[in-house]
Amino acid sequence: MSLAALLLLAAGTYAFRLVGPVLRDRLTVPRHVERLLGDAATVLLVALVATSTVTEGHAFAGWARPAALLVAAVLVLRRAPFPVVVVAAALVAAGLRLLGVP
Amino acid sequence: MDMRSTWRTLGRRTVTDIGLVVLADVVVGASFGAIATSGGLPLWQPVVMSLLVFAGGAQFAAVGAVLAGGSATAGMVAGLVLNARLLPFGIAVADVLGTRWRTRLVGAHVTTDESVAFALREADPARRRAAFWACGLALFAAWNLAVLAGAAVGGAVRDTGAWGLDAAFPAVLLALVLPVLSRRTRRAAAVGAVLALASTPFLPPGLPVLVALVGLLALRREPA
Repeated sequence: MSLAALLLLAAGTYAFRLVGPVLRDRLTVPRHVERLLGDAATVLLVALVATSTVTEGHAFAGWARPAALLVAAVLVLRRAPFPVVVVAAALVAAGLRLLGVP
Repeated sequence: MDMRSTWRTLGRRTVTDIGLVVLADVVVGASFGAIATSGGLPLWQPVVMSLLVFAGGAQFAAVGAVLAGGSATAGMVAGLVLNARLLPFGIAVADVLGTRWRTRLVGAHVTTDESVAFALREADPARRRAAFWACGLALFAAWNLAVLAGAAVGGAVRDTGAWGLDAAFPAVLLALVLPVLSRRTRRAAAVGAVLALASTPFLPPGLPVLVALVGLLALRREPA
């Protein structure tokens, strides 16, 4: 990745972050719009979980990662601490690959 | 930020939760650094990217696109598209950052999925502010140190997949988002995720996640 591409990504990201706090003075966001924005973020994050779990590039990522995330989901629902969830997911993926699951 | 008053304002429970998220992101950050350098990127790239971009999803997307043989531009666009979600996040926590420019400029940079999630968990303005700053600043320090450490050893790790490091990022994201899924958003999120997955084979990396926004049409309507 070139330095220029990296800096553009950084500048664009910072701009996205700054728009809300700066425009806050000039626009009042109606309550239902604010709620919709929150919902939009939730929908995006769930989609990001789905794509980064199941796909790699344009293709299927293999079974080890989805299986690891299934274990992670069970741990989250049982209110396990975050680090436990993350380390368990990595261990399950590593273990399955050790057994030959891609 | 006065650490002791932050601690008092937030209470032990939230401070512990923030600490656990930071610890989890240390694992994710180290895996990011290791994946980048074991894939052949020079050490400075993941390190500088983490300092300046500071958004795990975009960093994984950008580096993933480059390592998959895509162009640097494709990686950049994928990262930008993913980070577009920071715009509504910024609006959601605008009240937390107030009107002082120094606070806004610094606060904007530590606006992340995690710091926003912790801020939105609190109803009281003082607690919102404390939660946002405690999570944002701690995360910035920990994330960058972890990426540096991971990148430093990554060159020696030939196959990060064998260590399961690729599962760390979606796992931490899942842990963040699952508890906030409400009856209202569940159907929209499911539809969005299916659309994102279905479009992945056809669209450039980064775009399928945006396609998921169509799922908002499936939001459960509630009486106002």
